[in-house]
Amino acid sequence: MKISSCLILALLIPAAQAQQPAPDVLVKSISEEVVAILKKDKDIQAGDTKKAADLIQTKIVPHFDFIRMTRIAMARNWRLASPEQQKVLADEFKTLLVRTYSTAISNYRDQQIDYKPLRAKPEDTEVTVRSDVKPSGSSQPVSIDYEMEKTPDGWKVYDVKVGGVSLVTTYRDTFASEVRENGVDGLIKSLATKNRQPERSKAGKA
Amino acid sequence: MAKAKRLCAALLLGGTLAGCASSGGNPADPLEPLNRAVFRLNDAVDGAVIRPVAKGYRRAVPGILRTGISNFFSNLEDVWISVNDVLQGKFQQGTEDFTRFLFNSTFGVAGAFDFASDLGLPKHNEDFGQTLGRWGVASGAYLVLPILGPSTIRDGFGLVLDTQADLVFQIGGVPVHNSLYGTRAISTRANLLDASSVIDEAALDKYAFVRDAWLQRRRNLVHDGDPPREREETDDEPTK
Repeated sequence: MKISSCLILALLIPAAQAQQPAPDVLVKSISEEVVAILKKDKDIQAGDTKKAADLIQTKIVPHFDFIRMTRIAMARNWRLASPEQQKVLADEFKTLLVRTYSTAISNYRDQQIDYKPLRAKPEDTEVTVRSDVKPSGSSQPVSIDYEMEKTPDGWKVYDVKVGGVSLVTTYRDTFASEVRENGVDGLIKSLATKNRQPERSKAGKA
Repeated sequence: MAKAKRLCAALLLGGTLAGCASSGGNPADPLEPLNRAVFRLNDAVDGAVIRPVAKGYRRAVPGILRTGISNFFSNLEDVWISVNDVLQGKFQQGTEDFTRFLFNSTFGVAGAFDFASDLGLPKHNEDFGQTLGRWGVASGAYLVLPILGPSTIRDGFGLVLDTQADLVFQIGGVPVHNSLYGTRAISTRANLLDASSVIDEAALDKYAFVRDAWLQRRRNLVHDGDPPREREETDDEPTK
């Protein structure tokens, strides 16, 4: 009994260390888990974005690299920010994206998600995981692509492209003009202000 | 610099409200001040009239009927989509999209049901602006059209032809067109209600957000979902 469980452990540990889940497997399993929760959760379906945000925080956020996302959105201005400012920026940007995503996710109905086969070589450290979401209402599928990088803690997402529109680079011009006009602190301030606003989807429900 | 000045002068002389002094600085958007004004107007009209009507429509009309109405208009588009497929040299896709139209118009009860998608003939997104893009025409300056919203010089020209080729225009007389146009506009806006609430949540500067998302989207569509990778302006390896 003891020997066998030791044996199983001995077999499992190296396997777990050597084998991070493949990026497409990771995306698929997380999406399926989140979708399963969404389908059951009546509060989120009714527009409880706070609960949706909690779900995203626990299930999705750990698989994203927000530092890299913020760095891409900041482009050349990233260098202008001090390490503390960089950290604050990444935190505020994370909050904004989580809020946005929780609004999107509470609109979720019965969309069907198809994952496309991963086109990557085993030694690749950057891959794109592609999927198509077919909304129940309209007939045209929307592509959702995850740009991912290999890190010591497994694969992390650093950009999401919806219908070819990058969630990260779409902020580039806004960030650049904010920094140009009001400096890095100005950008931090306007992100923080936005994040403290009551959520419009709720406030504006009429 | 001198060149830019001359160009600027030429544009001003031409009576164009070019944003020479614009502070935005997106090279794709030289008309930013004018565009921002039209955008504000559109946003106001949307908030006061179009969005409330679309919300009312979504509340009043059951989902299955809304889908049918949306599919009806989408089916009519498939004819012009297949013409654009062919103009872009995508002959197989052109045949498929025309087959979609024939199939959905008959078995799909005048397009109310999209059976073709279930049979493995997915909907495509094409228009004349994309065809021009495929032919190598650059998109030109970003343009916000009154009521119609984001566009570019190229896509604006495309839209003129798209409107001419619009099948809704061929149905019945003027009162019929107008009520069909109206229904289509509300149906389209209702389909976008969720998306626009996400944009409200996401954007720091809604104008810039919509512009940058729109330009990426069009670029993606011209390249059928697989645009060449843009140079990443990141600071991954600071060299200095």
